[in-house]
Amino acid sequence: MIKKSLLTVSALLLAQVGQAVEFEASGYVGFEWREYLEQGQFNTDSVTQADRQYGVVLEPELVWSLAEGEHTIVFKPFARVDSADPQRTHGDIRELSWLTYGDDWELIAGISKVYWGVTESQHLVDIVNQTDFVESPDGEEKLGQPMVKLSLIRDWGTIDGFVLPGFRERTFSGEDGRFRPAFVIEEEDAQYEAGEEDAHVDYALRWSHTIEDYDVGLSWFNGTSRDPLLKYDPLMPMILSPYYAQINQFGVDVQATIDSWLWKFEAIYRSYNDSLIDEFDQLGQPIEDYSAATGGFEYTYYAPFDTSWDIGILTEYQYDSREDKRLVIAQNDVFMGSRIAFNDAASSEILFGFTQDLDSSGTQSVFMELSTRLGSAVKFNIDVFLPMSTDSSNISSQFKQDDYIQLGFNYYY
Amino acid sequence: MNTFTKIASSIATTVALLAGVSAQAEFSIAGLSPAEQGLAIAKERKARDLGWEDSVSTVTMTLRNSQGEESLREMRMKSLEVSDDGDKGLTIFDTPKDVKGTAFLNFSHVDKSDDQWLYLPALKRVKRISSRNKSGPFMGSEFAYEDLSSFEIEKYTFKFLAEEKINGIDCYKVEQIPTDKNSGYTSQIAWLDKEHFRGQKVDFYDRKKSLLKTLTFSDYKLYLNKYWRPMQMDMINHQTKKSTELKTATLEFKTGLKDSDFNKATLKRAR
Repeated sequence: MIKKSLLTVSALLLAQVGQAVEFEASGYVGFEWREYLEQGQFNTDSVTQADRQYGVVLEPELVWSLAEGEHTIVFKPFARVDSADPQRTHGDIRELSWLTYGDDWELIAGISKVYWGVTESQHLVDIVNQTDFVESPDGEEKLGQPMVKLSLIRDWGTIDGFVLPGFRERTFSGEDGRFRPAFVIEEEDAQYEAGEEDAHVDYALRWSHTIEDYDVGLSWFNGTSRDPLLKYDPLMPMILSPYYAQINQFGVDVQATIDSWLWKFEAIYRSYNDSLIDEFDQLGQPIEDYSAATGGFEYTYYAPFDTSWDIGILTEYQYDSREDKRLVIAQNDVFMGSRIAFNDAASSEILFGFTQDLDSSGTQSVFMELSTRLGSAVKFNIDVFLPMSTDSSNISSQFKQDDYIQLGFNYYY
Repeated sequence: MNTFTKIASSIATTVALLAGVSAQAEFSIAGLSPAEQGLAIAKERKARDLGWEDSVSTVTMTLRNSQGEESLREMRMKSLEVSDDGDKGLTIFDTPKDVKGTAFLNFSHVDKSDDQWLYLPALKRVKRISSRNKSGPFMGSEFAYEDLSSFEIEKYTFKFLAEEKINGIDCYKVEQIPTDKNSGYTSQIAWLDKEHFRGQKVDFYDRKKSLLKTLTFSDYKLYLNKYWRPMQMDMINHQTKKSTELKTATLEFKTGLKDSDFNKATLKRAR
């Protein structure tokens, strides 16, 4: 439906404006080789979790711009082919949207992506787009979301109003893949609290403003939770069904930028309908309204030791009011890391760090991301992720054998 | 110069003199102390550059290492003149291709540190960044951020040193000492031509007071009959033997940009 109306709109625009349309194509083609250091935790007689994954990724971006950029249409499809996990072989429309604007307003209609928030170790406030979990276990990749977004840009801040028709289900690894729980999550069996299921229309509102050294955001979301609850049916014990509840969520994010310090804070309060809380109680999987927060700093040393490097030190604390460790990865955890930008012609950069669960001394993870440019058009990445957990009751323990090293080459055009 | 233009020019000069606006004819640094002379030259340089309102340009940067290997950066820049404060700027990167669409918003200030935001198109994320990093390399080039920021009187203390010729052009040689403790330089020696107060050459001295870089300006073009802009700037690092050539491919003034073209929303939709 949205695609159709978008095409109609574009056709109308083309007809009306009758001016030169500027077209530009860009994007990248990527190749990845990922090697797991341990064998799958959930191997059985019939299922072997991949020890090695090759991937080919395509993400072209086509942009049509009319009337000197007053109208822009963007089409950005995405596809991955994975050698081992059919569920990870997937495609998405990251963007198919029309943008127009005036002096103090902006309108986006179609499939698009927005980002809210300031912290690095997790993104609590950022709720509009669903996580493409099968694409990246760190939750940094997002699926395209149908939306109409109107922004009003005023002296007292920017108001973004969202109508979000249509819901995207979270993607999960298949049984041959990694980063999955012991039970297979059946994406096809997704259940919804709302009768309209994935056609439920969600709403969101955000105010953001810069006040001197502070960048502040307040947000509200009402609709289908992007984070599924996992429903366990005693009749089908080997299967978990994603259950998408209706939620109301308030968020706040603040960054203070003071000299070489960036102080960052994000917090949310999420509530469910009482009827749902009762229902899940009866299934023995209690859910509750909760609050969560992430706060910390990033301090950067510029040009230390006679180099031209920037060395950043990051520390963030993650809090969640739910105490049930089975439900939450980041309930009382500390993240520490460092980001080094070498400021060379190849734009080499390294980011590394670790997260320690303060409630479980045996639960931590270590990661490293290195990137540099080869020639003028190829970006080379090395990614290392080492999740660890000796505590089987901790949710992180399901990924404890999914340690990997990955080499990636992306060719940009 | 033909007779007609000679007459026209002399009439114009006379009219200007009568109106008291011809800075060129009035400018004199006689009888001042070297510090006063340096300041007077800087003020004159700034005064001659007021009123440009806004500009849009396309710029190419070629980075060369000591082996002569090249790396290219292309960007588009929008600038807005702000009276009583530093200028506003929006830079959009086109190459390298992996940073295409990355955009940088800068509100420079005269009396406090600049406000800066970076837009990362892959994440759709706008990040407020620290502007403390004045001495850092811009896009891996030999230009530091502070070399590319707008010229403001408040950023330096000045001292007139001598009159010298650079490439056959009569110049004022002025020492500029940065007032910001975060500057990467202990001093800069700048040569400005006496006729138009345009930068011809700058020597940069690092924190150890040794010569670090030399910047030369060439291919000056006159815009709106008032504003001189170099179409080429060459920065040579004497210590690393690396160099960066910055060429302006297109430049336009008074394009009608407004304050509302410089905010986080325009940063996000910049293409």
